[in-house]
Amino acid sequence: MQNYAWTLLALPMLGFVITGGLGRRLPRTLTGAIGSGVIGVAFLVALAIFLQVRGQTGQHTYNDLHYYNWLDAGSFHVGMNLLVDPLTCVMLLIVTGVGFLIHVYSIGYMAHDANFSRFFSYLNLFIFSMLLLVLADNYLILIIGWGMVGLSSYLLIGFWFDRPSAVAAARKAFVMNVIGDVGMMIAGYMMFVQFGTLGYDGVFSKAQSMKPDSALLNVICLMLLVGAVAKSAQIPLYTWLPDAMEGPTSVSALIHAATMVTAGVYLLARSHVLYLLAPFTLSLVAIIGAVGAIYAASIALVQTDIKRVLAYSTMSQIAYMFLGCGVGAFGAGMFHLMTHAFFKAVLFLGAGSVIHALLNEQDLRKMGGLRDKLPRTYLLMGIGCLAISGIPPLSGFFSKDEILGRVLAAGNWYIILWILGVITAGMTAFYMFRLFFLTFHGRYNGPPDVYELAHEAPNVMVVPVGILGVLSIVGGFVQTPWGWNAFDDFLAPVFSRYPLVHAAKAPLVGNVPALIFIVVVALAGIYVAYVMYGGAERRPYRAPEWLYNLLYNKYYVDEIYDAGIVQPVRATASALYSLVDRSGVDAAVNGVARLVAVVSRGVSPVETGYVRTYALSIFAGIVLVALVPVVFGTLLK
Amino acid sequence: MQTQSYLLVGAILFFIGALGVLIRRNPLVIFMSIEMMLNAVNLTLVAYAKHLSSMEGQIFVFFVMTVAAAEVVVGLAIIVSIFRTRENIDVDLLNSMKG
Repeated sequence: MQNYAWTLLALPMLGFVITGGLGRRLPRTLTGAIGSGVIGVAFLVALAIFLQVRGQTGQHTYNDLHYYNWLDAGSFHVGMNLLVDPLTCVMLLIVTGVGFLIHVYSIGYMAHDANFSRFFSYLNLFIFSMLLLVLADNYLILIIGWGMVGLSSYLLIGFWFDRPSAVAAARKAFVMNVIGDVGMMIAGYMMFVQFGTLGYDGVFSKAQSMKPDSALLNVICLMLLVGAVAKSAQIPLYTWLPDAMEGPTSVSALIHAATMVTAGVYLLARSHVLYLLAPFTLSLVAIIGAVGAIYAASIALVQTDIKRVLAYSTMSQIAYMFLGCGVGAFGAGMFHLMTHAFFKAVLFLGAGSVIHALLNEQDLRKMGGLRDKLPRTYLLMGIGCLAISGIPPLSGFFSKDEILGRVLAAGNWYIILWILGVITAGMTAFYMFRLFFLTFHGRYNGPPDVYELAHEAPNVMVVPVGILGVLSIVGGFVQTPWGWNAFDDFLAPVFSRYPLVHAAKAPLVGNVPALIFIVVVALAGIYVAYVMYGGAERRPYRAPEWLYNLLYNKYYVDEIYDAGIVQPVRATASALYSLVDRSGVDAAVNGVARLVAVVSRGVSPVETGYVRTYALSIFAGIVLVALVPVVFGTLLK
Repeated sequence: MQTQSYLLVGAILFFIGALGVLIRRNPLVIFMSIEMMLNAVNLTLVAYAKHLSSMEGQIFVFFVMTVAAAEVVVGLAIIVSIFRTRENIDVDLLNSMKG
């Protein structure tokens, strides 16, 4: 494994370089093939690694591969090391697998775009960055990967840079990500000060000897949480995610659903040792999760842009993952991460097919009746909606219910979070099927000529979605409440490596009545959506005006942030510019130049041009030079 | 003869030459004054050579004379070319390097 794990990084980088440098001169099929091919090979490597790790037992699964000493500054050593353990394997398979399928999809989706090769180079850069993040064995390399995925996200959101809205959205995403980066770096500094190292093993072993729930550890975890919240679009740093839908739909599927936004969850799972030793912050994670889930779901109820509904749904589902991690069920959080990657990719790519068919129409109010026009997309979107609503036996049911089951088992006040989670499940089912029925059922509400031309997506787009659809159906069977614990067993060595902490290991034989209740709530949500939107005539519920406006305008949070943070910062920057930069620094620099000019103009009369004057000064100088020693000599005597 | 006398003559000659360089306006006269200064230096050197009974002063005089000759050649060439351009070789009017 030592011999070939590095190819996981080399392959996407190679793809980036080739498609970026030569892509313009190559035919599109070749560029697409190279761009997707490298990820496909990376997937095969990831698969081989996974099978190898699966064959290992206990702590042998912890494969720390040392490549070279990258940073050596006194006592601070950071190696370019890759860590391959079960947690890494899960992420590797998801990133390369789902990534590969989305790359193939993009060959079709971006076929008419002028910047085809640039798109694939950015996608490959993203995969490289994400793999770097996931394979790191220390927080420094993780932070590097973290920053690079933020960069890739910026590049891809703003891919169509001639659109001002896309540029603004890219900038917003990047700025919010940087806030998270600052949190991560502060956590890194504190970790180094406290533990003397940034390697996972060093930090986690030393953390166990700290006193439980210490303030310092809580602050470290809080700073890491800031990073996780920014990257995973949770409260309060989430407003960039809906705007990020300005990017191409493949980007939304890959980065803003399946992989990048899940990096926060991965961080939490990887740092589980620290979080379990800082229960205060951990409960904060759970609260952010539960509140975020229902908050995002409430906004999704009334959105009219198909991609924005999916964006808020992503935020809500990731909140579920945060909730799972927040009660110590990191394995459950990762499980939901995996199933979510499958069905969310299906949903986004399916939405992409719809948008593609309707010539870039994204407004739900102008869709409808597409069931016969796009039968395969209809089927796959249906599967995705069922999966996300948590209907058994699709994958979403198993992962969502494991999380909710563990929340319930945590007891005490966590039951409030459980209630929020269940309500959210109902809302999720409702708004997903609202989206589904508005798109495919009823009557078409857009321009008739568009409807005429609408056709099913080409195979290169439908087949990857089909594969993901199959995964959404069967992906849940690795971890069921009835004793089949393959997923948790695979991850067990990761979470039991550090003996002092015990992740929630409550067996989920669990609460069958609760399970049934959640499914009933979800089915009720679907039924309500069917009643309202399923038929030929739509019968939406007339909500009070103020409530509708509040939800439609996303609780006015964007406006609050703008007035409260963005404008003051802009005003401060502008004041600093005129006060310090223009009047201060520029004035000083220009003043020096002017001083030189003034002095030189003052001194220039010395050069009279008369030879005799020059001769006189030479003589005067000689006389002085001759006189001075004589005078001083006699004086000194 | 006392060495002081020679030195005094040399000093007076030097002084007259220096005054000539500073006061006269004709470059040819300035050059003559420069020659006078150089010869004053030669006299001083020879006087010291006799006084200190050393040959070095006299050898050095040869150097000075050679340099003086070479310098005059160059200087006169410059003056001639200036005259050819301007028909006027008053040094007070040669101030285009002013400022």
